[in-house]
Amino acid sequence: MSDTAENYDQGEYNFAYLDEQTKRMIRRAILKGIAIPGYQVPFASREMPMPYGWGTGGVQVTAAILGKDDCLKMIDQGSDDTTNAVSLRGFFEKTAGIRTTYETSEATVIQTRHRIPEKDLTDDQVIVFQVPIPEPLRFLEPRETETRKMHALEDYGLMHVKLYEDIAKNGHIATTYAYPVKVNDRYVMDPSPTPKFDNPKIDEMAALQLYGAGREKRIYAIPPYTKVKSLDFEDYPFEVQKFDKPCALCGARNVYLDEVILDDRGGRMFVCSDSNFCEERRAAGHVGPMAADPAAVQIGGSSQEETAR
Amino acid sequence: MEPSITTENRAIRTAPLAAGFADPVHDAQGCFRAIMDVMARPGTRKTLELGKLTPPAPLTPAAAAIALTLFDYDTPVWLDRPLMQSDAVKAFLRFHTVAPILSEPVEAAFALVSEPGSMIPLTSFNQGSAEYPDESTTVILTGQVFGKAQAVTLEGPGIKEKISFSTGPTPPIFWDQVVSNNRQFPRGIDLVFAGEKEIAALPRSTRITLTEA
Amino acid sequence: MYVAVKGGEKAIRNAHKLLAKRRRGDTSVPALTLEQIAEQLSHSVARVMGEGSLYDETLAALAIKQSRGDLIEAAFLMRAYRTTLPRFGYSQPVDTAKMLVERRVSATYKDLPGGQVLGPTFDYSHRLLDFKLAAEEGSVEPVAETAETSDEAMPRVTDLLGDEGLMEPDPVTDEDAPVGDLTREPLAFPADRDLRLQNLARGDEGFLLALAYSTQRGYGRTHPFAGEIRYGEVEVEFFAEELGFAVTLGAIKVTECQMVNQFQGSAKAAPTFTRGYGLVFGQVERKAMSMAMVDRSMRWQELGEEQTAPAQDIEFVLSHSDNIQATGFVEHLKLPHYVDFQAELDLVRRMRGEWFEKRAREENGDTSQEAAE
Repeated sequence: MSDTAENYDQGEYNFAYLDEQTKRMIRRAILKGIAIPGYQVPFASREMPMPYGWGTGGVQVTAAILGKDDCLKMIDQGSDDTTNAVSLRGFFEKTAGIRTTYETSEATVIQTRHRIPEKDLTDDQVIVFQVPIPEPLRFLEPRETETRKMHALEDYGLMHVKLYEDIAKNGHIATTYAYPVKVNDRYVMDPSPTPKFDNPKIDEMAALQLYGAGREKRIYAIPPYTKVKSLDFEDYPFEVQKFDKPCALCGARNVYLDEVILDDRGGRMFVCSDSNFCEERRAAGHVGPMAADPAAVQIGGSSQEETAR
Repeated sequence: MEPSITTENRAIRTAPLAAGFADPVHDAQGCFRAIMDVMARPGTRKTLELGKLTPPAPLTPAAAAIALTLFDYDTPVWLDRPLMQSDAVKAFLRFHTVAPILSEPVEAAFALVSEPGSMIPLTSFNQGSAEYPDESTTVILTGQVFGKAQAVTLEGPGIKEKISFSTGPTPPIFWDQVVSNNRQFPRGIDLVFAGEKEIAALPRSTRITLTEA
Repeated sequence: MYVAVKGGEKAIRNAHKLLAKRRRGDTSVPALTLEQIAEQLSHSVARVMGEGSLYDETLAALAIKQSRGDLIEAAFLMRAYRTTLPRFGYSQPVDTAKMLVERRVSATYKDLPGGQVLGPTFDYSHRLLDFKLAAEEGSVEPVAETAETSDEAMPRVTDLLGDEGLMEPDPVTDEDAPVGDLTREPLAFPADRDLRLQNLARGDEGFLLALAYSTQRGYGRTHPFAGEIRYGEVEVEFFAEELGFAVTLGAIKVTECQMVNQFQGSAKAAPTFTRGYGLVFGQVERKAMSMAMVDRSMRWQELGEEQTAPAQDIEFVLSHSDNIQATGFVEHLKLPHYVDFQAELDLVRRMRGEWFEKRAREENGDTSQEAAE
């Protein structure tokens, strides 16, 4: 048992850590978020036992919806075994005693930072995003009083000017992640810092999407089957990142790849960012061009060892 | 668990009081997930696990479960006349939720309606503001029977293409009210329909088409 | 080999073990006791209680011990603990006029009713390292506890000025008005003074100090005088509805600072002295004074002043004063961001490609033009 686990055992903490009053407050905010897709609902975010920036918003949302029969998948950068994913998964194992999984299809609740699984999510799933800056207009207008007015008036001119300036300067829109979207033809929303590659997945997604920003004290949501449009211009349509090569380990195409530096001589490979997707494919016999490379094997194999707990 | 040092609570401790959730943590969670699911999928229904909830009439067990799940001292609650006239109902809600009960519908976070056939217009409730549309009232209609009344067609967020929805009793020209309510999006109230065990919801984001009789 | 963020479980376990070991340091040196911290590092304890928003000296001492003396980390531990505590209600306002004063100074009067009580202060000490302390074990010169327990009334300086009509009156607030509480309702703007003061009381000492300092250097000058700084013990009372009267929960030590600011008047208000208010747990005078100065700066609108400086900018100040939030967001950059970085890599490569291409084109274009001439 880790030190952290012992600390939780010492204290008398409620199921999923939060007290019931806090859960009710968060639950009410979630319902409003669902009823007003893309609108950021203010909520009295609590201090959590992990720092702001580590996913306190996502953790609070997950803690508020989680039941004892849920099965939780926790990912960071698309992977189940990155340090913070391990830490947050452990938090819920300790405080809620619920089942956890690496398998996307087995999970009823998926909490994520920066990625959406490659596999299509289903009607029975909820995906919870950790959000650092929920306000899509924040970097154009730092004042909350102003951005709130803009949302109220549906005045998104500033955002279009910014995107257009990108095009004028670069010939294309120079936003690669946290790419703004318009939800249900009304609210401009920040899809959290997922690469824009994932934007098409949140359009008409079968699963319910909940977004939690702890430090900024906002919750927002996209119900299933909701129109989500990435902002663009008729002559400069939205497009996602494309990778020239398939995943070096499993050979998958049309997935998001991480670049892994193999040595100090320029050796590198591109592998699936969604580690569970990659492992399932390899288990099913798919082989990528570098699957036999010893360095690659070491990288691809590390998470499986961890799975065997 | 909750602080409850109010004079009302002291007064009613002498009277026998119907129990709340047998398992406050997990019963509330289960009920919330059902509410969340129906709010996220307008027009669909979920069954509540009501256990042994036997609240004083005219508060139904389903309405009591929703109240226990969502109400507390931060949520002013408005009751329609039959509920307001029942001291037992008020005592039950005050004791278990500590929610302030008030007579001004426009100040309510939640409204509980036990006689939906004669309920006050939706415009009487808080519609939220353009800057804070989340401040609107959520209205809970109890005693609903699904699938028997005139159906309407729903479209919008949470609905894959279209879905047919029918519930009653509702007041006359109810659906016209809901259509106007939802036209104000993002302002407007959200509706929860509670039957005997089943619930459904209709958020302000749904577009409604009345079906010709 | 690239293993920095993978293999999490084992790495975290080992990191925690190592941290515990480093925290303890050399085991041949006796471990700190909480009593030692609470008694001998009382300024640290006070700061952690204030910014941690929880008055408990023993817990604060524990937090300091656990955090290896990192006071922001310690305040964070206090906040995370605080949030799990049941809430019974709000106390009655503390009456600092009835404070059991240990220190009370006014810079605006040479003498005043109740007198100046210097009390424990670094103010007139010479900052020379005291090597005797390094060798010290035990004996401290016995000092007579001074006038701090005097029964003489000690009216607040602002009340004395108020009697003459020179001081703006305390704002009259409705006794039954709800207490603003940013831990229960997220901060919304514009924020009223109760919420602003709550925010400042929890705010980072360094941040408030820098802001207050900036007002002295011309970024929104407020002409402050330290009307009074008092430190001592006040009783905290709670009105128990079941009993129908207020009961004393205990006593806490606080520092109160009332800044008196000259004010030349504006279209809205006559010339008078205005005030800025600071109140913090424990003896943390630097923060109480900074808080009072920033509080006064943020009152520009109500007094009809112009907004020209950062310390006056309510949204800016309140949004960035909380060091638990700030440290979290700054330090979260340590977390893996490689998915987004990948997207940026791709973009920068592409933009560089386009840039070089364009330059090559321009160079070619230039040469062909030259050739034509």
